[in-house]
Amino acid sequence: MFPEYDLIVVGGGHAGCEAAVAAANLGSKVMLVTMNMQVIAQMSCNPAMGGVAKGQIVREIDALGGYTGIVSDYSMVQFRMLNLSKGPAMWSPRTQNDRMMFAAKWRQLAEEHPNVDFWQEMVKGIVVKDGRVKGVRTGMGLEIPAKSVVLTNGTFLNGIIHIGEKQFGGGRAGEKAATGITEQLHELGFRSGRMKTGTPPRIDGRTLDYSKMEAQFGDEGAGRFSFIKTDLPEQQLQCHITYTNPDVHEQLKTGFDRSPMFNGRIRGIGPRYCPSIEDKIDRFSQRDRHQIFVEPEGWNTCEIYVNGFSSSLPEDVQYKALRKITGFENAKMFRPGYAIEYDFFPPTQLKLTLETRLVENLYFAGQINGTTGYEEAACQGMMAGINAHLKINEQEPFILKRSEAYIGVLIDDLVNKGTDEPYRMFTSRAEYRILLRQDNADLRLSPLAAKLGMRGMEERMDRVELKKTEMEEIIRFFKKESISPEQVNIMLEEKNSSTLSQKVKLHSVITRPHISLKNLASCHQGLQDFIKKCDPESVQLAEIKMKYEGYIAREQDQVDKMERLEKVKLPQKFDYQSVKALSAEAREKLNSVQPMTIGQASRISGVTPADISVLLVHQGR
Amino acid sequence: MSGLNDIIVARSTPPGKSALAVIRLSGPACIEKVSPFFPGLDLENKPARFAHFGKIFGKNGELIDEVVVLCFLGPRSFTGEDVVEISCHGSDFVVQRILEEFLSAGIRMAGPGEFTMRAFMNGKMDLARAEAVIDLIDSENRAQHLLAMDQMRGGFSKKIADLREQLIHFASLIELELDFGEEDVEFAERDDLKNTVSEINGFILRLMDSFRMGNALRKGVSTVIAGRPNAGKSTLLNALVEEDRALVSDIEGTTRDTIEEVITIEGVAFRLIDTAGIRDAGDVIEEMGIKKTMEKIASSAILLFIFDLSRTSPDQLKADLEKIELSEEMVRLVVGNKSDLVDQLEVKEYQKVAGGVNHFVSISAINNNGVEEVKKLLSRHFGISDKNKSDIILHNSRHFSALYNTSASLEKVLEGLSGNMPADLVAMDIRHAIHSLNEILGEGISSEDLLGSIFSRFCIGK
Repeated sequence: MFPEYDLIVVGGGHAGCEAAVAAANLGSKVMLVTMNMQVIAQMSCNPAMGGVAKGQIVREIDALGGYTGIVSDYSMVQFRMLNLSKGPAMWSPRTQNDRMMFAAKWRQLAEEHPNVDFWQEMVKGIVVKDGRVKGVRTGMGLEIPAKSVVLTNGTFLNGIIHIGEKQFGGGRAGEKAATGITEQLHELGFRSGRMKTGTPPRIDGRTLDYSKMEAQFGDEGAGRFSFIKTDLPEQQLQCHITYTNPDVHEQLKTGFDRSPMFNGRIRGIGPRYCPSIEDKIDRFSQRDRHQIFVEPEGWNTCEIYVNGFSSSLPEDVQYKALRKITGFENAKMFRPGYAIEYDFFPPTQLKLTLETRLVENLYFAGQINGTTGYEEAACQGMMAGINAHLKINEQEPFILKRSEAYIGVLIDDLVNKGTDEPYRMFTSRAEYRILLRQDNADLRLSPLAAKLGMRGMEERMDRVELKKTEMEEIIRFFKKESISPEQVNIMLEEKNSSTLSQKVKLHSVITRPHISLKNLASCHQGLQDFIKKCDPESVQLAEIKMKYEGYIAREQDQVDKMERLEKVKLPQKFDYQSVKALSAEAREKLNSVQPMTIGQASRISGVTPADISVLLVHQGR
Repeated sequence: MSGLNDIIVARSTPPGKSALAVIRLSGPACIEKVSPFFPGLDLENKPARFAHFGKIFGKNGELIDEVVVLCFLGPRSFTGEDVVEISCHGSDFVVQRILEEFLSAGIRMAGPGEFTMRAFMNGKMDLARAEAVIDLIDSENRAQHLLAMDQMRGGFSKKIADLREQLIHFASLIELELDFGEEDVEFAERDDLKNTVSEINGFILRLMDSFRMGNALRKGVSTVIAGRPNAGKSTLLNALVEEDRALVSDIEGTTRDTIEEVITIEGVAFRLIDTAGIRDAGDVIEEMGIKKTMEKIASSAILLFIFDLSRTSPDQLKADLEKIELSEEMVRLVVGNKSDLVDQLEVKEYQKVAGGVNHFVSISAINNNGVEEVKKLLSRHFGISDKNKSDIILHNSRHFSALYNTSASLEKVLEGLSGNMPADLVAMDIRHAIHSLNEILGEGISSEDLLGSIFSRFCIGK
């Protein structure tokens, strides 16, 4: 009934969808198996994409030819560039999205792809022969043959949903849990653990009093995730901010004795940075209020997402507490928040390609690896899909370095350090933050994807070339053209910058702190005319390059130093126990991780600089 | 982990007093890098493999030493890279000063076996010697680890741990602003941040000064000689100095009053400070003298307590010793003088009171009897054994260089905060500071530490 596929993707969430289209865009024949085609690419939690560090990841996915950026742009109801008051490394795009449009657009794009087939059923296990994956087995007992398999099971593996004292099997509200896969993987020698996450209640927006809340608007003139000029909405929806208060907290406390978090029924580890409301008032009891974001779920629905109020307290307690929030006095609830526990597989069992060490051609991506977040899941899916395709075609693996992409940081962290709590990306996890900016993701990554032969990269590469050329032209303009005291001194005085006494090159003024390119253009007609001809993205890139040149160069210098270590390859399947000069801990860790390079080895916890010296000598050169 | 081919430096000859000491540097462009230290010599354009006389100057323009410099151009050198060898005068102080200058110019202290390793990596050694190199690195690391542990006693480890704590705290305040700018938490004021950095930096500067060996090499180990009147303080001082007259050295930068003498034992300088005799308080002037003596004791590293064996019972000694307050890091050595006047010496009893065999020695200062033992005792507590000499100095220089770099980065942080630089750029310098400190700690400060610090103190998460 089925041909042999190049790749089977199990699961149709953010990781699964990106895995499927990435392999398909490289030319693989892909089968996407999902329990329910109606809920492909669900935003299971908040109806938003991006944010600090995550927005950078979406830009990277887009630069590599993934679809998350395009889908997010298409379905946005609000756009904000966060952190604009900080340096360019911190600028982070974020959108509020129409949940239904988001899913529908993804499904449409996947369905349009000639290389992607679908099958709706629960996968019960994988087929493994001689340590290599051969396909999957479904609930009905069907076998679908394939050269490689990517598992993106999300929260579905033995998922248990908790609301107060009620608990039931499920992968998401109203959806069945997946059973069988964890047990089979255990038999194959995999280790698993339990994690926990939660989601807030959904509310009827018609019952809220917005006049009592602060409105939060999108940016004037929406930006976008995609480097392709996607269509943007002309209008944007508002979000609202309100706060909890002591009454809310007291009401919530009446349910603590029935809380699965506090009475020990939930054993999985939850993320510290995404605590439930009961966790917040318990751990930070000195605070008498917590912020609540009231987020619309879409253009054509009254459903509201109560961001900041994730809870697994009994539904009646949630309901009563909600109604004590300012503006929520008459709130009607569509459904309560809940906590969910699920199986994950410590990602130290993976290679940097996301292929498992134990079973060849089997890949894991998304929450199964202990991560959280749509963006984190999506980029892993894409990398797994790309590498699955490359492996079966006997091509070199595609691994992004920590200095090339947040995606590289994420996978490197997962594989080398593992994670104890759901892993979310933060900019502080990246050591080369100034290089990994959202504005240059295309310059960093699109050429790499084009080289892989990713479909649809031509337009992106044309844009990259144009951006580079324009940037260089702008910088040349700044180094060539001068500005006079008469033109610029009034502006400089306003900005508390020392005034000029003679004509200087534009370049020497733009490098001053607090003086923007826009400021200068307002005093220099020639500059204004010149940049009008350029793409705004090129102008921004040029400005960042000129203003932060010193910092960028310093970090690049660090990268170059580290690079030398990344170039020294280590043998695979090597027994480090035979190198007696290594510390005992290093021998053990190196044996289990089997790093590909000295650079990777140096990031494994427990491997000291002295061990690295020993490895260097041992490797000769 | 440092890069594969940056410039490294180390002392190549064993420490201690000698006619000459050799400092070696290796790495790309290291001749150009070193050249400015010898103003007027134009080292870059001098022929390689010839000895050149030069004067090495510190960054404040002070002359450090007159030296002979030899350059080797890679690959025709020991390591296969460009190499500079500097023969300076064989004083630990001079060597330390020169190393400090190089370190503050961004040159890195060589790791254990690193010159040898580079030679191997550059094909200057055959593969058969690889095992030997590994063994070398291994053994040096072990020795260093022991030494590091040793050094970590006496409050140093706690200070470094505090520093780590403070740096994490500070870094997390900055990272909080960056990663969680959208959260409903209070962010630190710039002025508060500046104060915090200044405090941490002040702490580091004090720490740099507090290096026992660094101080010993620069200023000498301060050694107070105290005791009751006529116990033989001055006689002991003179005996120590007399014997050592040839080695008494003038060390610049140390304030010396008339009753200070400097002696060198096994390459380590000891600054001897005589005091007024401690007697039971009588009049006001007497009391002031005692107070002054006590202050001197409190600010020194070693108390050399001398007493008259013929007139002091172990119980009396005990009572006298108890009157003198000692800080935790101080070492007290007890010297029983005038052994020539005693027939039956109850050594064991005195030893017990003094704190063991390593803290007590009986002498006859007047006959120069046992003065050598006093020196050995001093050396045992503050000296460097032959076996580990180079390691200790290396170790100190490494710690010094790590702290130096940490401090330099923190000063940039301060600059950034004052100039209202965006926090992500300031954070870069904090990371450099942390990175430098890692070299002492061995264990790194990971983003997990920072995030852990943030999550434990701030309510994060929508």
